Amino acid sequence: MKITVTVNAADYTRVVEPRLLLIHFLRDELRLTGSHWGCDTSNCGACVVWLDETPIKSCTVLAVMADGRRVTTVEGLASAHRLDPVQEAFAACHGLQCGFCTPGMMMTARWLLDNNPDPTEADVREAISGQVCRCTGYENIVRSVLRAAKHDGAAADGPVHDGPGHDGTSHDKAGKHERRLRAAPPQGGRAVHQGPGDVRR
Amino acid sequence: MLHGAILRSPLAHARVVSVDASAARAHPAVVAVLTGADLAERGMAWMPTVFGDVQAVLATDKVRFQGQEIAFVVATDRYAARDALELISVEYEPLPPLIDAVTALDPDAPVVRDDLPGGNRVFDWSAGDKAATDAVFAGADVVVGCDMIYPRSHPAPLETCGAIADFEPVGGRLTLWSTSQAPHAHRVMYAVLTGLPEHKIRIVSPDLGGGFGAKVPVYPGYVCAIAASLATGRPVKWVEDRSENLMSTTFARDYHMHGEIAASADGEILGLRAKVLADHGAFNAAAQPSKFPAGFFHIFTGSYQARAAYCEVTGVFTNKAPGGVAYSCSFRITEAVYLVERLTDMLARELGMDPAELRMRNLLRPEQFPYTCPTGWQYDSGDYPRALQLALDMAGYDELRREQAERRARGEYMGIGLSFFTEGVGAGPRGHMDIMGLAMADGADLRVHPTGKAVLAISVQTQGQGHETTFAQLVASELGLSPDDVDVVHGDTDRTPFGLGTYGSRSTPVSGAAAVVAARKARERARVVAAVMLEVDADDLEWLDGKWRVKGDPDQALGIVEIARAAHSSLELPDGIEGHLDASAVYNPPNLTFPFGAYICVTDVDTGTGEVKVRRFIAVDDCGVRINPMIVEGQVHRGLADGIGIALMQSISFDEIGNCLSGSFMDYLLPTSLECPSPELGATVTPSPHHPVGAKGIGESATVGSPPAVVNSVVDALAPFGVVHADMPLTPANVWLAIRSAESRHPSGQTS
Repeated sequence: MKITVTVNAADYTRVVEPRLLLIHFLRDELRLTGSHWGCDTSNCGACVVWLDETPIKSCTVLAVMADGRRVTTVEGLASAHRLDPVQEAFAACHGLQCGFCTPGMMMTARWLLDNNPDPTEADVREAISGQVCRCTGYENIVRSVLRAAKHDGAAADGPVHDGPGHDGTSHDKAGKHERRLRAAPPQGGRAVHQGPGDVRR
Repeated sequence: MLHGAILRSPLAHARVVSVDASAARAHPAVVAVLTGADLAERGMAWMPTVFGDVQAVLATDKVRFQGQEIAFVVATDRYAARDALELISVEYEPLPPLIDAVTALDPDAPVVRDDLPGGNRVFDWSAGDKAATDAVFAGADVVVGCDMIYPRSHPAPLETCGAIADFEPVGGRLTLWSTSQAPHAHRVMYAVLTGLPEHKIRIVSPDLGGGFGAKVPVYPGYVCAIAASLATGRPVKWVEDRSENLMSTTFARDYHMHGEIAASADGEILGLRAKVLADHGAFNAAAQPSKFPAGFFHIFTGSYQARAAYCEVTGVFTNKAPGGVAYSCSFRITEAVYLVERLTDMLARELGMDPAELRMRNLLRPEQFPYTCPTGWQYDSGDYPRALQLALDMAGYDELRREQAERRARGEYMGIGLSFFTEGVGAGPRGHMDIMGLAMADGADLRVHPTGKAVLAISVQTQGQGHETTFAQLVASELGLSPDDVDVVHGDTDRTPFGLGTYGSRSTPVSGAAAVVAARKARERARVVAAVMLEVDADDLEWLDGKWRVKGDPDQALGIVEIARAAHSSLELPDGIEGHLDASAVYNPPNLTFPFGAYICVTDVDTGTGEVKVRRFIAVDDCGVRINPMIVEGQVHRGLADGIGIALMQSISFDEIGNCLSGSFMDYLLPTSLECPSPELGATVTPSPHHPVGAKGIGESATVGSPPAVVNSVVDALAPFGVVHADMPLTPANVWLAIRSAESRHPSGQTS
């Protein structure tokens, strides 16, 4: 089947077998190997990506189900010139060891913070409870997400967390990405790049 | 690139009558199919295990566990390879399976290994002084004993095993990218197995998605990928799926133990005895030093003074996946710590003593170190009472006991579980420890570039433990550099010196020591150069605050950056002095290091449903000098989650005909963020006297120490029902059953 999927704001058209899993499409066809495959049964969450605005486990979604839709992977998290506050926080808090669960954890964390800018520890634990980490005992992942929330919230001006599903308006991808990018840089520093060329690859 | 997939046995025990792969070979996307017969022609149908046994790569005679490898399909894409597995026809003659290890030595038990002379017995092994121990027990006021099972579990790193084998026929070179915790040891084995010269084999094992011991053995999948690349002359990729990972790669534990502890009436521990039946599965593929068939289990007197101790271990084959030593177990010290810590709690109950008080009374005292335990291990250093007291203080132990009493009065059941553990890690002294005849020493190569930047190549390999950080710190601190100026290379046999790899918490004790020794050699080379530069005698220099300084005139000083430049310059050096600062070392540890810790786990048990909630986990660890406290704490966080998982939910189980009932993450449960509390960590520091920087291993401490704390806590919670022991995993069903069966033994109800 011929499908066109918008992945990290770029369109990809491929002919794929109907049974091809989305995670294999991303990793093998598009060479986006940031998303990992860990269990096949939707239990571990190493493969979590966003389908439109929702985190999904891409090991149990067919690539053809993403036809005409938007997929955001961990490669889409950083802009050209800086890491997402979630990524910064994972680095700062020793939020990963082997790193295998990290892409999925970060995609869920970004979604949580876009929808709940000031989560409690319990909120964070609930959000990542469908994913498995074998290295951290989750402690430093939770700390990372809470730290990222703090830095997200440090935005100097403009609405920060009018994220997906909350504004009730257009869901066109450029607009959505721009909104997400209004989150302030971690140290409240320079302006974030707004041009489409700088938006996630 | 080609993709491989493995056909596996659906039966636990069967004779393989025939394997017909003709239909698979006719599949348009299939390039090759390898069967046991094909590998036999190359002498590769069987491979040596890391413990001196052999293991079938692809079955030629029988299948001996469910999931055993039968055939390897190589196709142009991964989906087609899987499709073609369905086209292979295997005729089996089913044989009665041996599943329960307890029956393995019965005269009428099915024989798993008819290729070996010893029936189902792998080994009989003992340690300690039997007569002295029996005498101590005969004279003791109190003896408490218990049967307990440390169930089979699986390390389940989030990344499964996989490899890409690339044989380049013209140059005769094989490159294997693989998930290996021990790339150099694997290279030796592949050289032996394939007949390729060792220097033509390169193993690349980059950052792994976790290992925990599961990636120490060589697995048939790796060998199949190599054989397929040799056969096709093309790169072949093989990655197992999660079910294959859980059903065929190395399990851990599976110890059936009977332990006894002897004590005086006032609570002095006098002796320990243990009799163990060890289930090794279908092949003896336990990855551990070859002189120790039961690993280091005989450290089972733990942290306490005992006058005598004796243990017997019998290993048996069963129709289950091979393995046994894996999962952060410090070569079976996990099982030993569980045994002694459960027995200590039972003894406290028997004597009516508080378990903390009983432990404090029997812990080794600081002045006893170095301490030789009854089974011969010499513990290097420790201050045990200090660690236990810190844990008790952090927990607010007395207050917890008061709260427990109040809750019990209200019909709420909370438990307070203690565990004190001593590990022995950093294998090992080469005279005593080897794997496949390879002594467990590790190398380090340090290059110091002309601008003072350094590259350290190490033989161990990271799976997330942060070697790049810790080892850079070690070198930087020896040379007065910034860690940013030290690059750490690992996981590539072409770029690193020989060594046995990362497991058994040996990286810092062995390889870390090698790195420090190499750095100190480089520093001594720098001293000679600095002496020439400063026009003084080398003996007149001292290393102080990161520089070589003239004694008595510390402002006359040179750092490594300046010295490195000069060492590469035309500066005239004394006769016999080479330029450059590069240095290498091979470190043969004089002894293991002995980290220890005191853990306290607080649980709340719903006695209606059997559900256990871990409310708090207090962990005080002493791993000697902490090179990077953040990384140390990260290691402890992981191990505490392991303890919760192993104690409460992780279990690889089988039905009576050998079907694995735990072949996916839906059945093999792992703890999530909701089961793991925020741990409360404490530290004491008792340096190792023989490690160059006083460090000990930490990678496995919490996995070793935490399961008994959890179980002790749950059993403590259930004490009012008369529960004295319950085997892991303490699932709601098992907890509920423990309560009900205790109640049926004590029909009057509460016993305390």
